[in-house]
Amino acid sequence: MTKYKQIRIALNNCGVIDPENIEDYIARDGYMALGKCITEMTPQDVIKEIKDSGLRGRGGGGFPAGLKWEIASKNHADQKYVVCNADEGDPGAFMDRSVLEGDPHAVLEAMAICGYSIGATKGLIYIRAEYPLAIKRLKIAIDQAREVGLLGKNIFGSKFDFDIELRYGAGAFVCGEETSLIHSMEGLRGEPTIKPPFPAEKGYLGKPTNVNNVETYASVPIIIRKGASWFNKIGTEKSKGTKVFALAGKVNNVGLVEVPMGTTLREVIFEIGGGIQNGKKFKAVQTGGPSGGCLTEKHLDTPIDFDNLVAAGSMMGSGGMIVMDEDNCMVSVAKFYLDFTVEESCGKCSPCRIGNKRLFELLERITKGQGTMDDLQRLRNMSNVIKDTSLCGLGQTSPNPVLSTLDNFYDEYLAHVKDHKCPAGECKDLMKYFIIAENCVGCTACARVCPVGAITGEKKEAHLINSETCIKCGACMERCKFDAIIIK
Amino acid sequence: MSRIKVKVKEKDLNTIKEICKSFNNEQGELINVLHKTQEHFGYLPAEIQEVVAQELEMSVAKVYGVVTFYSFFTMKPKGKFPISICTGTACYVRGAENVLAEFKRQLNIEVGETTEDGKFSLSCLRCVGACGLAPVVLVGEKTYGRVSPEGVKDILAEYNDK
Ligand SMILES: Cc1cc2nc3c(=O)[nH]c(=O)nc-3n(C[C@H](O)[C@H](O)[C@H](O)COP(=O)(O)O)c2cc1C
Ligand code: SF4
Ligand code: FES
Repeated sequence: MTKYKQIRIALNNCGVIDPENIEDYIARDGYMALGKCITEMTPQDVIKEIKDSGLRGRGGGGFPAGLKWEIASKNHADQKYVVCNADEGDPGAFMDRSVLEGDPHAVLEAMAICGYSIGATKGLIYIRAEYPLAIKRLKIAIDQAREVGLLGKNIFGSKFDFDIELRYGAGAFVCGEETSLIHSMEGLRGEPTIKPPFPAEKGYLGKPTNVNNVETYASVPIIIRKGASWFNKIGTEKSKGTKVFALAGKVNNVGLVEVPMGTTLREVIFEIGGGIQNGKKFKAVQTGGPSGGCLTEKHLDTPIDFDNLVAAGSMMGSGGMIVMDEDNCMVSVAKFYLDFTVEESCGKCSPCRIGNKRLFELLERITKGQGTMDDLQRLRNMSNVIKDTSLCGLGQTSPNPVLSTLDNFYDEYLAHVKDHKCPAGECKDLMKYFIIAENCVGCTACARVCPVGAITGEKKEAHLINSETCIKCGACMERCKFDAIIIK
Repeated sequence: MSRIKVKVKEKDLNTIKEICKSFNNEQGELINVLHKTQEHFGYLPAEIQEVVAQELEMSVAKVYGVVTFYSFFTMKPKGKFPISICTGTACYVRGAENVLAEFKRQLNIEVGETTEDGKFSLSCLRCVGACGLAPVVLVGEKTYGRVSPEGVKDILAEYNDK
């Protein structure tokens, strides 16, 4: 056993209850928090409790949830909305999906609590169409809650009405940004608009709207049940509670982990994650998805919380945590994220639409060994301009993977530019596959796996790779049992 | 907007009208209407978009703008067995690019295209939430995990005589 203690808050019920049966949820004190709010607390009490708990938004920005609710509650209107952001666009992260599939009622309950506290009667969940199981379970949960009167009119015999509908995303990363999300729910192209006005002021259909992430909501019922002072004892000074991470990449144990804020990266990657696969060397860990950065060895003992990650040059993001080993080229990783950004940029503002494309092209040149020292400087300058001048959070953070790799792996950039070498052996244009004749026993295994027939040679004699035909897929190297194939 | 020449079959026309009606012909429901319509027809060619625009009383340009904004909507028919390769980060760091390259090579098509016989189409998607199994490939609804370039041939072979 490791010394790390698991505290399950957002994942409290996941895997424990049958998510398609409301009675299971109720048996684990489900909807008790909603009952407590409606029958024993005023809306102001609820907001105060959430504020005191120190809960911060889990969708990326880390904005204090209680404060957000308070702002929405103070904006008066005939109709207000509670929105759950279940767009989960960070590629490589699946925390929200797991919560929705494993414990849908917790999100419904929290949205109703939020509705009660800000004075809204309608809730909307914006969920990606790519999550059919989560959609199905949410539908079942909403139906069941309506049947027993936990959604609908006069909940718990009070005057409070609240109902929830689903809205579907259609595959656009920028729709995770709250203003785009709202436009998308209105049936429009999901393009962001300038804030202010914030959704809490003018959101869905121009009405005050509170937008929170799935995991943020999932933490709410337990805070109401156990109290703010229970929750705010967990975590660090400015980041309370736990955070769920989707640990993936080159670690031995991949999957979801929920740890108290303040746990170190080392504990997550090496104790919970069981270290790097195949005994390779740890190189970097990427947090915050396309908006985040790559952290290295020297950051491993940093306690994870919102502010520390930003200080280290990355960010919390929604909880994706991708581990990389010595075989990953950091220039390629930056290029990978930029490729993503270029594809997902909505195109509304030019720094993001054009600037990111130029960044991508520069990175491409570098990975082909055609980069210059000026290009490195250009990368940095352009990144800063894009950050400063883009309209929405997408463009404002998209250069982070470039800047953090420039900061932490400058040598690797230099190797590409000056020596035309990719130290990790990932940039295909900079390498060739060779067979070391002395090691080759002529087993023909490589020739058989080569998808393009680039390897020739007689049985029991050293083989040869035709570098003209070779597509550098690496299949031969993986298959060779005699370490006879190398990349140069 | 009765000027629009509609090339859609009578039966299909009614289907689209019914879908729109089930959402009260509301403009705000455009995305839901498109989801349902694509579910039925498999894709959203220009003619269908014209009918939707007519029914919701909005310009075709607006509908087209929405269809092309969201990657989930497609204007080209997919193959009988649509192949989707996850190029999310977890899959990427475990070599999804090589797998994609091998699919392209074997099928001789690019991403977004369909083979001539209409059998396979190729697309990329970002994270299906099965990152533990990276790299991940979907063929229709079936998920393949830990796919290597060498495994591509076997996957395709499964569908060869179907
Ligand atoms: C480009 C971009 C993508 C985003 N994607 C998501 C997302 O997938 N899920 C999410 O909850 N928040 C996402 N956000 C953050 C939301 O804009 C918003 O801050 C969040 O939903 C607020 O909820 P929270 O305070 O509970 O975190 C994204 C922001 C940006 C700029
Ligand atoms: S920063 Fe990018 S995604 Fe955001 S509005 Fe500008 S172009 Fe669109
Ligand atoms: S990144 Fe491929 S399944 Fe998540």
